[in-house]
Amino acid sequence: MSVTLNVNGKQITSPAAPDTPLLYVLRNDVGINSAKYGCGEAMCGACTVLLDGKPIRSCVYPAAKAADGKITTLEGLGSPERLHALQRAFIEEQAAQCGYCSSGMIMSAKSLLERIPNPTVLQIREALTGHLCRCGTHTRIVKAIQRAAKELQG
Amino acid sequence: MNTTTRRAFLQGTSLTVLFSLAALRPAQAQAPAPATLPGSLNNNRQLDAWLRINPNETVTMFTGKVELGQGILTALTQIVADELDVDPKRLEVVSGDTSRTPNEGVTSGSLSIQDSGTALRMACAEARSLLLQAAAAKLGVAVADVRVSDGVVTTAQGTARTTYWDVSGDASLHREATAKVAPKPANQHRLIGQSVKRRDIPAKVTGGAAYVHDIRLPGMVHARVVRSHIPRARLVSVDAAAVSAMPGVVAVVRDGNFLGVAAKREEQAIAAWRALHANARWESTGELPPAGAALFEYMKKARSSETVVNTKAATPPVAGATTLSAEYTRPYQAHGSIGPSCALAQWDQGKLRVWCHSQGVFPLRADMAKALRTPPANITIVHGEGSGCYGHNGADDVAMDAALIARALPGVPVRLQWMREDEFGFEPLGSPMVIQMRASLDASGQVVDWNHELWSYTHSTRPNDPEGSNLLAAWQIKDPLPPGPSRNLAQPSGGGDRNAVPLYVFAQQKITNHLLLDQPIRTSALRTLGAYANVFAAESFMDEMAGAAGADPIEFRLAHLNDPRGRAVIERVAAMAQWKSKPAADTREARKPVAGGVLKGRGIAFAKYKTLAVYCAVIADVQVDTATGEVKVLNAWSAADAGLIVNPDGFKNQIEGGIIQSASWTLHESVPYDSRQLTTRNWPEYQILRFPEMPVVLVELINRPEERSLGVGEGAQGPAAAAIANAFANATGRRMRDLPLTAERVKARLA
Repeated sequence: MSVTLNVNGKQITSPAAPDTPLLYVLRNDVGINSAKYGCGEAMCGACTVLLDGKPIRSCVYPAAKAADGKITTLEGLGSPERLHALQRAFIEEQAAQCGYCSSGMIMSAKSLLERIPNPTVLQIREALTGHLCRCGTHTRIVKAIQRAAKELQG
Repeated sequence: MNTTTRRAFLQGTSLTVLFSLAALRPAQAQAPAPATLPGSLNNNRQLDAWLRINPNETVTMFTGKVELGQGILTALTQIVADELDVDPKRLEVVSGDTSRTPNEGVTSGSLSIQDSGTALRMACAEARSLLLQAAAAKLGVAVADVRVSDGVVTTAQGTARTTYWDVSGDASLHREATAKVAPKPANQHRLIGQSVKRRDIPAKVTGGAAYVHDIRLPGMVHARVVRSHIPRARLVSVDAAAVSAMPGVVAVVRDGNFLGVAAKREEQAIAAWRALHANARWESTGELPPAGAALFEYMKKARSSETVVNTKAATPPVAGATTLSAEYTRPYQAHGSIGPSCALAQWDQGKLRVWCHSQGVFPLRADMAKALRTPPANITIVHGEGSGCYGHNGADDVAMDAALIARALPGVPVRLQWMREDEFGFEPLGSPMVIQMRASLDASGQVVDWNHELWSYTHSTRPNDPEGSNLLAAWQIKDPLPPGPSRNLAQPSGGGDRNAVPLYVFAQQKITNHLLLDQPIRTSALRTLGAYANVFAAESFMDEMAGAAGADPIEFRLAHLNDPRGRAVIERVAAMAQWKSKPAADTREARKPVAGGVLKGRGIAFAKYKTLAVYCAVIADVQVDTATGEVKVLNAWSAADAGLIVNPDGFKNQIEGGIIQSASWTLHESVPYDSRQLTTRNWPEYQILRFPEMPVVLVELINRPEERSLGVGEGAQGPAAAAIANAFANATGRRMRDLPLTAERVKARLA
């Protein structure tokens, strides 16, 4: 049994059973740090990654179901040396305390900005309804997404 | 380990202790007591415990305090860089490691700047002086004639140079601190007072290995722990053999009522965890307290220890013209970390190494050593970041769980992450509280008598209790240790009675604390301890008194407050929100029908955290939908003063986050349970504030460079809660005294 996936443009093969949640394959076989275990039931958003550009909850998404698509994680967005506008904006706005939820938030924000390049505060809040933050950094996260939108639009 | 061995071990320990005390006594009698040193320097007196000048032109700084997402390590580097005159890029930070750092107890209580910041500041000032002396000697000039910039020392004329790294051999830091070198005055600070960006955020937003959860060791296996949601449940039976045969399973560990499993792959460990849950049979060993309103009646009759915390009698006794009384309650509330607790453990030839996100690696080591029956020296615990904890969550327990499972697999590193339902089921909760307020007004509208009486379970069951063990697994193993008894922290910081003593000046007052002695549901430190509920009650009651006096809430507070810094944050927040003076709602006989529709109101509250830390005033605007009962916080303003500010943006982030977290506690949060067990399994059973409900939050800081830095991390929660309740009363004319302000309760109150 094995599953072959395309993660951040690279082909990887995992020995996991096909119904294994994608999260564990990403973390333990691909070495991805960004997707986090938070609730295991698609209720908090910490595990969010993109499949063909759309946000999915990797903690409940069977790995085999993702085999035909392109998976993008936070690592695929940018690196410390070549930051994506969203990553740069989260740093500029200091939009984190513990940061455990940040990665999932950024992935959903990426998808939002693809759909709506210049979202209103209301649209940002709506897009992040399914993401939980416990430190109370919400207002900074919204500001960071607005900042990134501005930068991306030039 | 069997009982005989355990007894022998304990006897051995006490003999050692007696011997050491006897051996020390004559020396102590002769030598003068060592001078008290500031902050954590007092208990960690060697300069090189804090700092090391490395040959590769870097500096290593050591702190016993740990990063919890509050930005403390960044703030500490600002202090070190400024005092030592080195660029922060040269600083390597080692924090929370039992083999390397000073023991600074627990990172809690908003004390890190005061404890560790003070120690590092004094140690750096002294180290800088020693290095400059050595540099001056090398350059053949007087100390007054050298300058230093980023570790490079030059003569005043700039004609000769050396560096810290060149002279570090001549200026040994292996000596006891004297704390006699004055740190720099505020006008020479370059980084202290600046919003230096956090060191930890870049890795967190780029997928770096930022958390304990991200540590991967060669040959590592994945583990899960299996517990019943019934507190103190007895494990009657489990079919371990069936689970041992499941794919990938390498160990099923049972030790008394402790049950855990390890497997090669994480999903295999989870499958085995499910299977064990399905076939384990548990038995309840006691009942839980009643839920809902009955809990608070139960608490008032429960076994308790009563203390008059503070009392002040007027002479002659004052007879109040108008007396009000009211009862406020707060339910069990959860830390609810987004990431369930995680730890790694590895045994190697009787030595244990643990990686975890405990707030106190040294206290944890003490408790683990007791429960594992091994000397503390055999255990090394290294801190790595976790998800925000907001107090005593599962961080310590998961470390012990991992160690117990790893003991069955010598040499193999074991990674254990709690499942979501473990975190909700087994973290110690924030204690419920009942607070009765009674106060009297004289004819001029002054409060002349103030009584605050509270009932609470303990807020302090962290590891390293002298009489027991405060690790969950230590109570479950077949040779268990008892939990430590219920304790209260002493005033002035207090535990259950934190912030129960008013900062306002009243002619007569009495503060009484009833510490409940049993713990039917495990409780411990949740951010602010008792302060959240005490400030909610006292500051709600100040508004009730203002209403009875026909006074404006701000004018009423200022009429009872002498502390100029307290007055300043209240006046500043009033200006920020453009507060308009108006009498507070008189909610004594609120039988007037409430207008329908959506009502809006504004409220204020204030506290000086612990009566010795940050001053914080909050104004909140709320909207109440009378049809649905939904309360929404629209805006919040805050003004805060913490003396000398180390990092303004970090300070603001803490106040903003504190207000939002408190709005979540205040509007939504209460831990459900039935007569047998806690019933939260995942977020649907424990709602927290979500993005669409976010208020707009504005924070202003008052910097006082001449005053010492005060802790800021817990200042906003109490005032935010009371400001919301006061805004509700302002909107509706009705008073909400029971937390949280759920739609159901609101509808009942408005009916």
